[in-house]
Amino acid sequence: MLELRDVAKVVAGENHIHPTSLVLQRGTLNVLLGPTLSGKTSLMRLMAGLDKPTSGSVYFDGKDVTGVPVQKRSVAMVYQQFINYPAFTVYENIASPMRIAGKDRDTVDKAVRKAAELLKLTPYLDRTPLNLSGGQQQRTALARAICKNASLVLLDEPLANLDYKLREELREELPKIFAESGAIFVYATTEPSEALLLGGNTATLSEGRVTQFGRTIDVYRNPADLVTAKTFGDPPLNTIAVTKLGQTLEAGGAKIAVPAHLAHVSDGPLTIAFQPHHLSLQPRGAHPQALTVRTLISEIAGSESFVHVGFGDARWVMLAHGIHDIDPDTEITLHLDADRLMAFGPDGRSLAVPAALAA
Amino acid sequence: MEKTWNNKAWFLVLPVLVLVAFSAVIPLMTVVNYSVQDTFGNNEFFWNGTDWFTEVLHSDRFWNSLARNLIFSLIILAIEIPLGILIALNMPKKGAGVSVCLVLMALPLLIPWNVVGTIWQVFGRVDIGLLGHTLAALGINYNYTQDPTAAWITVIVMDVWHWTSLVVLLCYAGLVSIPDAYYQAAKIDGASRWSVFRYIQLPKMKRVLLIAVLLRFMDSFMIYTEPFVVTGGGPGNSTTFLSIDLVKTALGQFDLGPAAAMSIIYFLIILLMSWVFYTVMTSHDAET
Amino acid sequence: MARIDLDHIRHAYGAKPTRESDYALKEVHHSWNDGGAYALLGPSGCGKTTLLNIISGLLHPSEGKILFDGKDVTNLSTQERNIAQVFQFPVIYDTMTVYDNLAFPLRNRHVPEQDVARRVTEILEMTGLSDMAKRRARGLTADQKQKISLGRGLVRNDVNAILFDEPLTVIDPHMKWVLRSQLKRLHRQFGFTMVYVTHDQTEALTFADKVVVMYDGQIVQIGTPAELFERPSHTFVGYFIGSPGMNLMDAKVEGASAVVGSQSIPLAATHSIGSGKKVELGIRPEFVRLSREGMPVTISKIEDIGRQKIVRASFEGRPLAVVVPEGAEIPAEPRLQFETSAINIYADSWRVGPEG
Repeated sequence: MLELRDVAKVVAGENHIHPTSLVLQRGTLNVLLGPTLSGKTSLMRLMAGLDKPTSGSVYFDGKDVTGVPVQKRSVAMVYQQFINYPAFTVYENIASPMRIAGKDRDTVDKAVRKAAELLKLTPYLDRTPLNLSGGQQQRTALARAICKNASLVLLDEPLANLDYKLREELREELPKIFAESGAIFVYATTEPSEALLLGGNTATLSEGRVTQFGRTIDVYRNPADLVTAKTFGDPPLNTIAVTKLGQTLEAGGAKIAVPAHLAHVSDGPLTIAFQPHHLSLQPRGAHPQALTVRTLISEIAGSESFVHVGFGDARWVMLAHGIHDIDPDTEITLHLDADRLMAFGPDGRSLAVPAALAA
Repeated sequence: MEKTWNNKAWFLVLPVLVLVAFSAVIPLMTVVNYSVQDTFGNNEFFWNGTDWFTEVLHSDRFWNSLARNLIFSLIILAIEIPLGILIALNMPKKGAGVSVCLVLMALPLLIPWNVVGTIWQVFGRVDIGLLGHTLAALGINYNYTQDPTAAWITVIVMDVWHWTSLVVLLCYAGLVSIPDAYYQAAKIDGASRWSVFRYIQLPKMKRVLLIAVLLRFMDSFMIYTEPFVVTGGGPGNSTTFLSIDLVKTALGQFDLGPAAAMSIIYFLIILLMSWVFYTVMTSHDAET
Repeated sequence: MARIDLDHIRHAYGAKPTRESDYALKEVHHSWNDGGAYALLGPSGCGKTTLLNIISGLLHPSEGKILFDGKDVTNLSTQERNIAQVFQFPVIYDTMTVYDNLAFPLRNRHVPEQDVARRVTEILEMTGLSDMAKRRARGLTADQKQKISLGRGLVRNDVNAILFDEPLTVIDPHMKWVLRSQLKRLHRQFGFTMVYVTHDQTEALTFADKVVVMYDGQIVQIGTPAELFERPSHTFVGYFIGSPGMNLMDAKVEGASAVVGSQSIPLAATHSIGSGKKVELGIRPEFVRLSREGMPVTISKIEDIGRQKIVRASFEGRPLAVVVPEGAEIPAEPRLQFETSAINIYADSWRVGPEG
């Protein structure tokens, strides 16, 4: 179990990480999700012991390890760049941490072959990394990290430099590999879809702050605040500032009937938000709300279309199944599934979450 | 970035510390010792405070060699840096020509300094030297042992021949680190040859150029062997640079006290220059 | 803007290609329309960058000709071809201000300063860099630098074509959405001929009118996003486009039905396939429905990715992915149905069209 207690990092008077408390359990996959410079790498470095926190402490299995350098902890790391020993074969690369640990030949051999099998590297064991594709190089780095048998494995955007399809394949395999190992996995990414595909837990980061931590799908469905909801939006979350007056939400001239799950919210200014697939061409859900919008551009992505629209000053995206190539600057009527609305107060905190969906 | 503390590291740097202590600190302290005492032989020393320093700083001879040395450094910088850039820009970036060019460029750097001096000394002689003889045959009045201008030109040409390669190699290293995409983008943007140099190559070479200027300045400021071999500081005192002057004072006249004081002043000047360059370079880094 | 004709182009990096496999780019013979938006899509090493470099003039093809509006430009240099290009990593002139960076291609061509000001201001606004016009380009974030690169590509309106080499690689997901839709709007507005190289299917499909899918040095299909999705002409296209990609299973086709394991699946039409070929049935996960009726299936895993669920299942001993929209019910004892019109039949990896 890795525990961060009020860990903060200040560099040259700048807050890189605001005081953060997190508990990561053994055998779990934990995603750090946030844009570039949101503090993912800084937080990982603190977890690993590569940096010492300015304040707060780090506990591992109940023991205070704050300030214990990384080489004395049981940590493995995989980076965005493919880092392997260029002169070693794939086999020796995977074996290297165990050789340093002084394991005997048979143990090493068994572990290497098992990891190679898991990561589909068996045919390439005798090659050197530079004769491999990017995907195979990163698989080698992953195999080495797993073979190290560390209790904490940190992966810093490991798939970012790979082709789209290779990412998809590895992403599908990673949870299986994680499940086998029993270590704590921490995985940094900028992509919400990657977090959702990996599952596990997610901590969303914004400007050096962990805004929420919980089961990935729960954080996605029930964000605690607007920043978290936006961090998780891909396509971007649709938002609009409204004023609640009794049973209506007034937004840029249009009136939206207050759905049941927002009835308890007190009157006044709010921000409402909803996912792009909760906007549709045909009415959907029990309480559809028709809205007139102006189209900006349509993007067709095979099975679905992203239609960018303007509603008052707000810019939204509709994600619709099928192919909808709507001319720009056309007025159309879209339907908002009002039961799916999220509402945030002026301070950005969540006021109400949509009713649970059928599992 | 904060680093974790590791005591073992000190053991690893200990040998270097010992080496530096013997090679730099102890001799330096000896020189300081000499500079504040007078001796009349027999290992008898008398304290005489800052007298030597006052004497050196009031001597025309010191100021003349310092001025000579500064002018020399500025001239060779003004020639070697632009020439080095020009050659580096025209060197091939890939193919078989690269290694040929690099070897040719490295050649002068591989020759011992006194050999360089001897080569030029012979090369420039009017009676048997190829250069000197040819110039004389062409009716040009060239004789570095008699004419101060000829002596200066010889020393400068020799230094340029010897050291421009260093500037070339440094600039070349800076140039090859520029990704191809930059040149492609510039072509597509319709940039002229000058614009490519001004906006892509020069900014990318800036750091190595600063190092080149620093190295060449220090080296030329401390120049000794080559002019000593070729001109011996003459004719007259026309090529007596600081180091030569220093050696003349210390070993020629055996004035250990003034020589030690001069060494320290010399050392402080170089320290000051290094500090100025270092500050300029790091402030440039902070900007990026 | 110009029409681009690729006339029997082949390219090998080695000196004397003898076998077909020596060619990094196998024969390409196509015409690309003036004002079209094309995407070259494929995995690394498929030849897409080679083809882009041939168009931009950075590479001279081993064989064939390239024409802009009917004029042979094969032997012209990059400058003479009059194109703009945006690279994978930001290329900026560090020492210049943002404004000067954008003005650079115009000033090099001696455009009057008032026209420069007008164009640059337009581009600054479009890319959202107006606030930074006077700042030095050094020290900006990767996002901002790449916006400058994009801006420099768009600033001239007299170019024959604009080429993009994976321009959004270094951009954060949120910003990708913004930049992508801006590019698309620009294309609509000004009608540039654009060629966009990427390995990311979403970028390719959303950007382009026509997507050119490349695999192993050859073009396997050129089509609209809808065509590539619904009628992939090669199993590679089926796999590469869509996530998860198309389900493929070995099958026997008998008249108007396909046999997979012990199940017979009706087809929309009869297909005639020569003997001795490897026959596969392809169906996209989006067109498989889980319900109480249909063929038996075993579910092994359900991935809830928010707006939809990806169900990993086993059908007749073959792995099968199913996409289930948010809120849709997955029955306790599920059976499955294939949407007949969405089934494609492949022989030796190439699609076989229905007869008649």
